[in-house]
Amino acid sequence: MAKNLLRNALRTCMRGGMLLSAVTFMAHGAKAQDGAADAQIERGRYLAIAGDCLACHTAPGGKPFAGGLDLKTPFGIITASNITSDRETGIGSWTLQQFDGAVRHGKSPTRYLYPAMPYTAYVKITDADLADLWAYIRTIPPVSNRVVANKLPFPYNIRALMIGWNMLFFNRSPFTPDTSKSAQVNRGAYLVEGLEHCGTCHTTKNAFGGDTRAAYQGTSLQGWYAPDLSNNTHTGLGGWSADDIVTYLRAGTNRHTAASGPMTETIENSTQHLTDADLQAIAAYFKSLPQRTVTVPTPLPPGNRQMMTGAREFVVQCSACHVSNGAGIANMIPTLQNNPAVNAPNPDSLINIVLRGTNGPVTAANPTGAAMPSFGWKLHDDQIAGILTYIRNSMGNAAPAVLASDVGRARKAIDAQQAVWH
Amino acid sequence: MNYKRPKADVVIIGLGWSGSTMAEELTRAGLKVVAIERGAWRDTSTSFPTTRDPDELSGSVRKEILQAPVTETYTVRNKVGQTALPMRKYHNLTLGNNVGGAGTHWAGASWRWLPFDHQPYSHVMQRYGAGQLVDGLILQDWGVTYDDLEPFYDRFEKIAGTSGTAGVVNGQRQPGGNPFEGSRTAPYPTPALERSRANVLFAEAATRLGYHPFPVPSAMIGAPYKNALGLNLAPCTYCGYCQLYGCGNWSKSSPNICILPVLMQRPNFTVVTECEVIRINTTPDRKMATGVTFVDSDGNIGEQPADIVITATFTLDNTRLLLLSGISTPYDVASGQGVVGRAFTFQTLSWGFMFFENEYLNPFMNTGALATQIDDFNGDNFDHTGLGFIGGAGIQSLSNQGLPIGMAGLLPQGSPQWGKGWKQAFQKGYQNYAQIQGQGTSFAHREQFLDLDPTYKDRFGQPLLRITFDYNENDRRSGRFIRDKCVEIAREMGATQVGGDSFADRPYSGYTPWDSSHVQGGVVMGEDPRTSVQNRYQQNWDIPNLFVLGASSFPNNAGYNPTVAVGATTLWTATAIKDLYLKNPGPLVRL
Repeated sequence: MAKNLLRNALRTCMRGGMLLSAVTFMAHGAKAQDGAADAQIERGRYLAIAGDCLACHTAPGGKPFAGGLDLKTPFGIITASNITSDRETGIGSWTLQQFDGAVRHGKSPTRYLYPAMPYTAYVKITDADLADLWAYIRTIPPVSNRVVANKLPFPYNIRALMIGWNMLFFNRSPFTPDTSKSAQVNRGAYLVEGLEHCGTCHTTKNAFGGDTRAAYQGTSLQGWYAPDLSNNTHTGLGGWSADDIVTYLRAGTNRHTAASGPMTETIENSTQHLTDADLQAIAAYFKSLPQRTVTVPTPLPPGNRQMMTGAREFVVQCSACHVSNGAGIANMIPTLQNNPAVNAPNPDSLINIVLRGTNGPVTAANPTGAAMPSFGWKLHDDQIAGILTYIRNSMGNAAPAVLASDVGRARKAIDAQQAVWH
Repeated sequence: MNYKRPKADVVIIGLGWSGSTMAEELTRAGLKVVAIERGAWRDTSTSFPTTRDPDELSGSVRKEILQAPVTETYTVRNKVGQTALPMRKYHNLTLGNNVGGAGTHWAGASWRWLPFDHQPYSHVMQRYGAGQLVDGLILQDWGVTYDDLEPFYDRFEKIAGTSGTAGVVNGQRQPGGNPFEGSRTAPYPTPALERSRANVLFAEAATRLGYHPFPVPSAMIGAPYKNALGLNLAPCTYCGYCQLYGCGNWSKSSPNICILPVLMQRPNFTVVTECEVIRINTTPDRKMATGVTFVDSDGNIGEQPADIVITATFTLDNTRLLLLSGISTPYDVASGQGVVGRAFTFQTLSWGFMFFENEYLNPFMNTGALATQIDDFNGDNFDHTGLGFIGGAGIQSLSNQGLPIGMAGLLPQGSPQWGKGWKQAFQKGYQNYAQIQGQGTSFAHREQFLDLDPTYKDRFGQPLLRITFDYNENDRRSGRFIRDKCVEIAREMGATQVGGDSFADRPYSGYTPWDSSHVQGGVVMGEDPRTSVQNRYQQNWDIPNLFVLGASSFPNNAGYNPTVAVGATTLWTATAIKDLYLKNPGPLVRL
């Protein structure tokens, strides 16, 4: 529900954004120079979509950019701020330099920010793009909405701690093109490392929330496992072509899979709106990453108890949509065969989807929105564990078994329904 | 409390197939469209989740997906002079009660009608002359031909993802398809469904008899398909819970999976649910429609003003709304004058029932429209000289039921009625029962009509619609002829027990099991305002900004299910509104 409200708010805002540009244009009158200003705002609007600013800075059902969304971090709740041009509660009184401080350096005029605001990625934004982004942000109409940003418990509520954190974990170097790579790959790297801040979810964090060196190799957050994006066929994007990546980011689906979890919103709000050239660049960048070797476990034997019960449950519960052999339906229902997301070392996303179901992405390129219903009410922990263990060790997949206790823990953690019968 | 909503360019009453098809066309053209639907919102994954085992008791027996007769119903009598009584139990009309309308729960037979069906008068006069018509029969052309509609049939099939085997493409006969169909410009979007065992036996028998069997085109998607609106549809799983159920697999074409996901993304579209339109408003001189009045779910009266009013409710309710709103002249049976409620038709059903001895028909694998048909005796596909009737039926082996409660009553003759013997007979009967349906044409008659009931009122105090209908002599003659064909094929299939029935041999009743639900006419389109309510564009002759969509526009009923013909005529009208009416609002046909 909240997600839908947010989705609607975002859509309204996307349209609002275009409308605003027109209004700004009219307000400036028919001066020749305003053509340039208008173009800058339009560029900034595109960058704001690429950075997906709206996703965090809009509360469910709230006004766009007026803040108020609670971000649940491992350290506690941080609430996104109001970035409308309201002078009292927003950032209407800021200068470009102050905006730069917040976006690229993690320091607002009055305080240090927490890296829930991905300044650790946004530091890669170029000066020119930052100026364009600011030109657009300034056009957001003021909304008076005072946000209490810091709801963290002690000691994390001490913002000055961030000085030390930044020294340890904040790599302040700007984006530097790799001259050995093509312009396209560099453009992709710029987007992925900067505005799109893919690593925020897809890179493993250390105990202090700083990035580890395992860039884009997948990690758990908020009940989901953001999958491995590295170049290996078992758990990563090694089996995907550049076109597969582009189609996924544009449509939310491709011949292998459909987006789920937080990625659905990222695609709906951000990546589907990117130009084809930028999507191709992102794909080229991921395909340019070095091959990574992962250790493929030996699949469990078919005679394993979980494998046998899981196989039976698969036929009853899963096969109608995913097809008896697990092949799925392209652009709609994910294939379970040789599926890197199924092989993820951590089954959080699989458990989450089975327990709560998932709404498919709704994009201009694929508005179908095919969804998987929730099984939490219907299946016990051991049934779900059996099905997932079977899927993870058949149809070309190999991954550790899922235990009933894993499902039970997840059921509590994500507040999924209990099975209704015994 | 009374309130008025902001004015829209277009208000559409009812968001089933025709309403959503029209809304998609007009919002794509940039118009601001408000649809008012009496039912509640439904979507695939939350309303019909595949995690929930379908339940025959709530679905097929209690019919929970339908609008209940206790909410609203119709009164019925066989002829003038009788007092009509309201149908108070579920009857053979299966009204939708949700966004998506009956298009959510329908069986899914997806027919283009024959060229003959659109121009029956011209065909019959040319081939046989007026002597072929029984006394009182009403026969008239639609004003729009199959050839006019072909591009729109094609478009609608590509929205629905219709499965089937083409019979005639660009004038060329195709193997395995219906050789009698109107020429198509493209094959079906998805391949025909797999055949049931009963379908195979039927096809073999029909072929031996010299007939031309083919798979019935169907809303059950034959293969993964991206439809004309960019929506993905998944292939049917033959689960057997189809008619009277919503499909949770994206496998049965419906407004809910084929149109609404796109429509709901459009900022210029609004659907107002759980609000029932009670009246179309007009200017005092009744020259223009001004909008509609509705009752919302809190009992408040709302008004939706609009520049164009489009009525897309169930056939009977289209007629009733016009009568309640005082629009166009009601039909008067005594004089034969007037148009609203005139040319009402039902269908003429005939059956062959059969039991085999040692078959495994496996009826649990079925869909609402898993059928193999012959059209050798449909429409005017055969010479009627000397037969004393016009029309006929699509004759089909229909594998649409395999659920235990429904099958419990289908036991071979002489079976014990209880105990072990009954159980054995049920087990055997389940695998050995098959049926052949003759879905017969119906032509209007001057004594079959719709008007407002003088006695019974709905919950808002408005008169119910009264159906005055009985089978006419044309129906009785064609019904018996088709029944005999059904029985002939059943015997040829090798069944040991064969029975036949022609419903037209008995007075019409709304409660006959296995009867058609396809009532049509009442607001028919045509070439002459004295015999039609609307012109060839489904535009009211008197009120140019009023369009009534659906099978209420058809002055005769075919030996086919009507949905795809409804979709095609809706798209035809949408195109007329976009290309002609918006440029020059006013009557699109001037006499």
